[in-house]
Amino acid sequence: MPVTHTNTPAPLASTTPWQDKMQVWLPKLILSPTIVVTLICVYGFVIWTGLLSFTKSRFLPQFDFVGWRQYERLLNNDRWITACENLLIFGGLFIAICLLIGVLLAIFLDQKIQQEGMIRTIYLYPMALSFIVTGTAWKWILNPGLGLENLVHQMGFTDFKFDWLVNSDMAVYTLVIAAVWQSSGFVMALFLAGLRGIDSSIINAAQIDGASKPRIYWSIILPCLRPVFFSAIIILSHLAIKSFDLVTALTSGGPGYSSDLPALFMYSHSFTRGQMGLGAASAIMMLAGILAILVPYLYSELRGKRNA
Amino acid sequence: MHSSSTSQGENGLGRWLIYGVLALMALVYLLPLFVMLVTSFKTGTDIRTGSLISLPQEWVTDSWQAAWGTACTGVTCDGIKGYFWNSIKMVVPAVLISTFIGAFNGYVISKWRFKGSDLFFSLMLFGCFLPFQLVLLPMAAMLGKLGLANTTTGLVLVHVIYGVAFTTLFFRNYYINVPDELVKAAKLDGAGFFTIFWAILLPISKPIIMVTIIWQFTSIWNDFLFGVVYSGADSQPITVALNNLVNTSTGVKAYNVDMAAAIIAALPTLFVYFVAGKYFVRGLTAGSVKG
Repeated sequence: MPVTHTNTPAPLASTTPWQDKMQVWLPKLILSPTIVVTLICVYGFVIWTGLLSFTKSRFLPQFDFVGWRQYERLLNNDRWITACENLLIFGGLFIAICLLIGVLLAIFLDQKIQQEGMIRTIYLYPMALSFIVTGTAWKWILNPGLGLENLVHQMGFTDFKFDWLVNSDMAVYTLVIAAVWQSSGFVMALFLAGLRGIDSSIINAAQIDGASKPRIYWSIILPCLRPVFFSAIIILSHLAIKSFDLVTALTSGGPGYSSDLPALFMYSHSFTRGQMGLGAASAIMMLAGILAILVPYLYSELRGKRNA
Repeated sequence: MHSSSTSQGENGLGRWLIYGVLALMALVYLLPLFVMLVTSFKTGTDIRTGSLISLPQEWVTDSWQAAWGTACTGVTCDGIKGYFWNSIKMVVPAVLISTFIGAFNGYVISKWRFKGSDLFFSLMLFGCFLPFQLVLLPMAAMLGKLGLANTTTGLVLVHVIYGVAFTTLFFRNYYINVPDELVKAAKLDGAGFFTIFWAILLPISKPIIMVTIIWQFTSIWNDFLFGVVYSGADSQPITVALNNLVNTSTGVKAYNVDMAAAIIAALPTLFVYFVAGKYFVRGLTAGSVKG
């Protein structure tokens, strides 16, 4: 404290009122472009998209309002219904499998494994790839003629059939395979970070009480990882809802529109099929989906903090 | 004593099982990359006669040359080299500008708080969660009005606008852990806004600058949505070109060329990952958990 006292007088004398005012205004000035751009390009644009969804815009935005017509069309659109069902299948399986693989690999990797760093690097590298690259790779691996199916045939199992990529009932599951391959390593990293953060004295105490390892994990460690489960679910469902590149590269929504997803539906109606109003309505539905997941999460987070 | 004896007991079968599962999964993650690599060095005949995981009968680089220089991506047949450069021209300015803005925003929000700055920060966080489908249409209209439709400049602008939420978040979360006393003492000494940033915060910012640059580089290089909507024939980034190349349905499907092109498109981000993986992982966890 004394140090600052002896130091203050001289510099204070050298600052002018103008400089003092600058110190107050400068931070606001610096932040203001971002504030303006965020208000326009995030909030303003969302409102604009909302308005568009109530118009009959086709190739160009036009503001002839038609009420809820586009939403009615959307709910009666087979392709949209398929896209939403696919999102439930794809998102549900993608999240469940990623969590399962992620938590298992993290627990296994947390057993003082030699070469842990190298193994982690291998598990996580797909996350550095573009979904377009992932889609391209899996499109080749899963192609029925020369890919995996052919490989199994050559191993002697000539009856083996694996045509999911071109089978309209199964194409959506190829998206799950590729997306899990890309993202599960990342979920592992989240859980591993969570495991490393757990206070080891609790575990030691349980061990001294004679609890078995699986029992310790099941009844002590997994409950501690609850927050990691929640944030992983939020991140993965976010990834699933906006999933566009992967489905474009791997199946293009096909065969037909059997593996379509909402993000692809939105893109093709807005930009290639001249159904801008319908596209905007589908975007708003996607926002509703995100909010349905996010709002309860944020609510419980905030409430938790207030109680703490 | 008791606990150490039980863990000794588990060293047998259990540990073998754990190592077995970990090794098997490592193979699963590596297999697609392996398949891509061997396929890219095979001849067309080799692909039809061999199997997915067999090594090439003879290693040829024809597909790599074709992917880089002569393969057809839609209407033109000049390979993906032009698009690779398009991506670089887009990524470099977008990463630098968004990191620069994020550093100052984060500095203000953490160390020069004013009435409303916290509220604004929460509003901005929402930008990290917004599916970009919600802004695609109005942004297209705005780029058109600005005369930036189908240009690299337009793409840079879009990536900066929607990247700043993340870069600001990274720097804010990093600077919030720098003790306020340091800044207060400097203020009392008469140090101004920029001096404090320059002399106190910037020297300790190397890790967060690395994290931010790597995060931005990876997400902008890998972006497909903005690229496919806002780029023209002359400004398409590599992800769009790769997708066009793979889905161009003229003649026989050249899987070896597809794989070579995919690896070329993946090389820059893979390189960054293997060189600076530590920062990459930190960015992933910070960007997504907090976001």
